[in-house]
Formats: sequence, C-alpha cells, structure tokens
Amino acid sequence: MKRARHGNCLIILLLLILFFFLVFNMSIWETALKTLFPQEKEVIYPRATLAVLVGEHLILVSVSTLMALFTGLLFGIFVTRPVGRDFLEIVNDITALAQTFPPVAVLALAVPLMGFGVKPTVGALFLFSILPILRNTISGLDSLAPEVLEAARGMGLSRLQILLKIELPLALPVIMAGIRIAVVINIGTATVGAVVGAGGLGAPIISGLVRNNPAFVLEGAATAAFLAVIADQLLSSIERVMVKTEY
Amino acid sequence: MIELKSITKKYSKLTAVNEISFRVEEGEICVLIGPSGCGKTTIIKMINRMLEPTSGEIYIQGKNIEESKPEILRRNIGYVIQNIGLFPHMTVAENIGVVPRLLGWSKNSITARTEELLDLLGLDPDEYSDKYPGKLSGGEAQRIGVARALAADPPLLLMDEPFGAVDPLNRERLQIEFLKIQRKLKKTVIFVTHDLDEAIRLADTIVLLKEGSIIQKDTPENMLAHPKNRFVKNFVGTDRALKRLARFTVADYLSKAEGLCIEKNISQCIKNKRDKLQNRFLWITDRQGRLMGWLDIEAFLAQDDIEEALTRVNPAEIALGADFTLKEALARMLSQGVSAIPVIDNADRLIGEINLSTIEKITQEGYPK
Repeated sequence: MKRARHGNCLIILLLLILFFFLVFNMSIWETALKTLFPQEKEVIYPRATLAVLVGEHLILVSVSTLMALFTGLLFGIFVTRPVGRDFLEIVNDITALAQTFPPVAVLALAVPLMGFGVKPTVGALFLFSILPILRNTISGLDSLAPEVLEAARGMGLSRLQILLKIELPLALPVIMAGIRIAVVINIGTATVGAVVGAGGLGAPIISGLVRNNPAFVLEGAATAAFLAVIADQLLSSIERVMVKTEY
Repeated sequence: MIELKSITKKYSKLTAVNEISFRVEEGEICVLIGPSGCGKTTIIKMINRMLEPTSGEIYIQGKNIEESKPEILRRNIGYVIQNIGLFPHMTVAENIGVVPRLLGWSKNSITARTEELLDLLGLDPDEYSDKYPGKLSGGEAQRIGVARALAADPPLLLMDEPFGAVDPLNRERLQIEFLKIQRKLKKTVIFVTHDLDEAIRLADTIVLLKEGSIIQKDTPENMLAHPKNRFVKNFVGTDRALKRLARFTVADYLSKAEGLCIEKNISQCIKNKRDKLQNRFLWITDRQGRLMGWLDIEAFLAQDDIEEALTRVNPAEIALGADFTLKEALARMLSQGVSAIPVIDNADRLIGEINLSTIEKITQEGYPK
C-alpha cells in the first residue's frame, strides 16, 4: 500500500517537472509546431507567453472552483439536515438546470451584467462546477448507514460533532471525487473565457481559430489537456492521503 | 434505579406506547419482550431521549431525565443496537474511546480503559485495538459494540436486540459471556428482544408487552409457571415447562451421589451399604475423586469381577458441570437414556448427581395436578 502511494507521488512529480519544462522552453514548441505545420509563418501565440496564459487559466479555475466548493458544501450540508430536508429537491433541480446551459450562452448572458473579462467567466465556471460538488456532497452525506448515525446520536454526540466527526469523514471520498470532476471539467471549460477576454489558455485557441492558425489552437489545447491530467492525478493522490485506505 | 411513570407515546392517530409504568432496580436485567409493534423499542428510545414521550415522566436515579440535555444524558447511558453501528473510519480502540473522549478523559486513561474492556470481552488488545470494524466478524463487532457502550462505565445500559443479527450459535455464546460480565459489573440493564429463549436466559424480570401495554411483568420462572392469560400462554408456548428448566442450574438441585473409590474394597463396601442403595448403579471414582464410570451392582455381586461390571466413561461426555441448566441436564438424560447424571467440578471430581425425578418435580410447578 505504502509503495503504491510513493509510486504515485513520483509520477505526479515527473509530470509536474515535464509540464514546467515545456511551459518555459518555447523553443521545443517552436520546433515541434514548425514540423507539424510547415505552412504557418508564426507558430507560437505572440500576445502572451505560455507561462502567463497558464497562470491566468489557473486563477480562473481555482477561484471558480473554490467558490463552488464553498457553496456546494454549504448547501449540501444544509439540505441533508432535518431543517433543510424540504429544500433537497429544489436545490437538486436548480443545479441540474444550471448544468444544462451551454457555457457560451451563460457567458453571453453574463457579459451585459458583469462586463467583459474575468468576472463573467468565473461566474459561468462557478455555475458549472457547483453541480458535481453539490451532488456528491449530498449523496455522500445521504448514503451513510443509518445505524452509524443512530449509534452516534445514542452515544451522546451533538449534531455538530456528528457532522464533523462522523458524517463528513465518511462522506469525504465521495465529496473528493466530486471536487476532482469539477476541477477537470473547469480546466477544459475555462478556455471559453477567452471569448469575452478573460485570457487563459483559451486565448491562443480563439486566436488560432480566428486567424485560421492550427498551431495556436494546438498550443492552447495541448497545454490545457496536460494541465487537466496533472490536476486529476494530484487530486486523486490527495484523496488517497486524506481517506485512510485501510477501512 | 430507573422508573417510568405512565409513559405514553402517540404518533398522530397511532398509540405506540400506552400509559406504561414500571421500575427497574439497581443491578437488574429487565427484558422488554413482545411481538413486533408492541412498543418495546419506542420505550427504550424514550429513556435516552432519542424520542420524547407524549406524556409521562422517566426518572433515573431519582432524577427526571428532562432536567439534563439529551447529549449529556446519553453519555451516561450505554447504548447497544442490533446493527451495532461501529464507526467504520475509526479503529476498534477509537470506537471504544468515543464517549470517554467526549467526557474529557486523559489519553492514558482512555487507552487503559480500552485495553481493560477488550480483555473483559475476551479480545486480545494487541490484536484488535488497531483493527478497523470492516475486518471484524459479526460476533467480534458485537463484542466491540458492547465494549463501546461500557466505555465510560455508565450505570445504565440500554440494549436494543443487541444479539439479533448474530447466528444462533454465536448468539448463545454472547449471551453467556454477557451474563458473566454482568455478574461482575452489576449494571442496570434494559434489554429489548423478541427472542423468548434469550429473555429467559438473561432476564431478572421480563416485561411482556402487547400493542403498547404491559400484559405481565414477572420473573421468568413465574411467567412460565403462571402465565397471566391466554396471550401470555400462547406467547411463551406449549413447551413453557421445558423452557422454564433453563432458569435453574444443576447446582441448585444437586443430590448426593453414591460414589465409591476404586481403590477400596468394593465388595465389602457394597455389602455394608446394600440396603441403603436404591439404585442398581454406583459411581466409581479414582483415588483423587475423579469420575471413572459406573458399576452395575448386581452384575458385580453375581460375578465378583470389577472389570466385568464397571462401565468406564469419558467424564466430559457423560457428566455435567454445576453451572449447566436443568434443560441441558434433561437433554443429556434423554440422549443417553439414563435417569441420573453425575455432576463433576472443573477437575472432573464427582460432586453429586442430578435425577430425572427432581427435574420432573420442577416441571410440574404451575401446572394443574
């Protein structure tokens, strides 16, 4: 078990090193893209360096995910309490509805309200990542064995103690899975933000589409995909550390 | 110790518990029994305020339970349920330590208490402390459930069908172990079951419930001998005389056994005692008093050959210990086809015998002659 965990850390470390190496060594990109697209004069997106784009992208993703995490946990806990039970269905319905809006449509609606740039993009990403987090929080808290909760109550734990010491630790694997899904989806979806000028890895993609330059598109898309793989690996190993594997 | 005063619990139209009053004395095991829907679990849940009664009062050690906060009250009442509800993300030791931690015990005293309890329940602390509940068998998990309830040494224990989900063989073992522990700890126990044999084995008092009311509250012996009405009679079954035998131990009805040491001059002894001996058979022991077998006196007198007349036996197969119940004694007699069984102590020494006629006399109590 320990050996497997070490092996996992090593893979993540190697992926991270490779990622940073690629982000800061544009000459490799240039050579690779030039061979792939010999007809293009310019193969590297000129308006910002890849490092800046990655930074912008990560800010979009992390701010929106943290907001969604906070809201999702709060609502998830609320609707699984006796006081909030009545709201369980309506909250489920609203989040499912939010998910059915295409991201671009949300952006288009948000721009008149919040203007161009980061704000509407974070808003749209927030709406999209609430669903997996909230859903998983609810199902994690709702699927606990009733006898465990009865025993906890019968032994004299208060409601708060039951939540913090019994319910959340037991629901943690499911909640963590929801967070992981949200982050991975967000990394992909955040590229849409470039449409309204939020920057990030969507910028070279949009620019490449407009200028009919597949090299730009590949630069942004490949980096975003790599980022998603790393995030997935990183979060699942955090999950393994937080959740004791023995039981 | 604990007193319920006209407790009623209503759910809109349904009355689950109707005007129930009873007392349980310190150190007593009171078993609530009855068909499903009789309100037994509802009663137990009102005692630790998992449910609030519609009317009536409950006093524990003279204090109305409504005076304490539910959480505080529950920390001083052990609670064991059928599905145990061990916390799967905590080790055995952490599970047992939950209530002591809530009560602010020091780490050292929690560890010491955990080990003490595991020992008490016959589980090796070194082996079990760090195990997770998922790795335990049903019987082991149930023992940990009991240990967890006993952790903070509460005077009162509520047990809601605690052994209901365990297989019959393990259930019996758990019951016997629990009685042994109870003899040491002298807790006041309120125990819910629907298993009559379990009630008979464990109870000092049985409270028989039907549709939320008490039908009969009595000792198991009395309830089986004198069922109050047809419902009780049907509930305890037509074999109540047989069940009742489980309440008496061999030790209570031991008669003196005629035994002779093999080293003695047996024929002389027999001739001396001849008219006093009622049986055709005589127990034979070795010099240390350990049971060896029985002697057919007539065959012996006819031939004067001890080996010919002596039937050697394995004491563990034939004899009983003093802590066996009369029900077990009767079963042994029937299976062996004998009317008397030798009783031995831990070292196989003959200490007496138990006779079919004695058992018959007990079964006749409570039946019209």
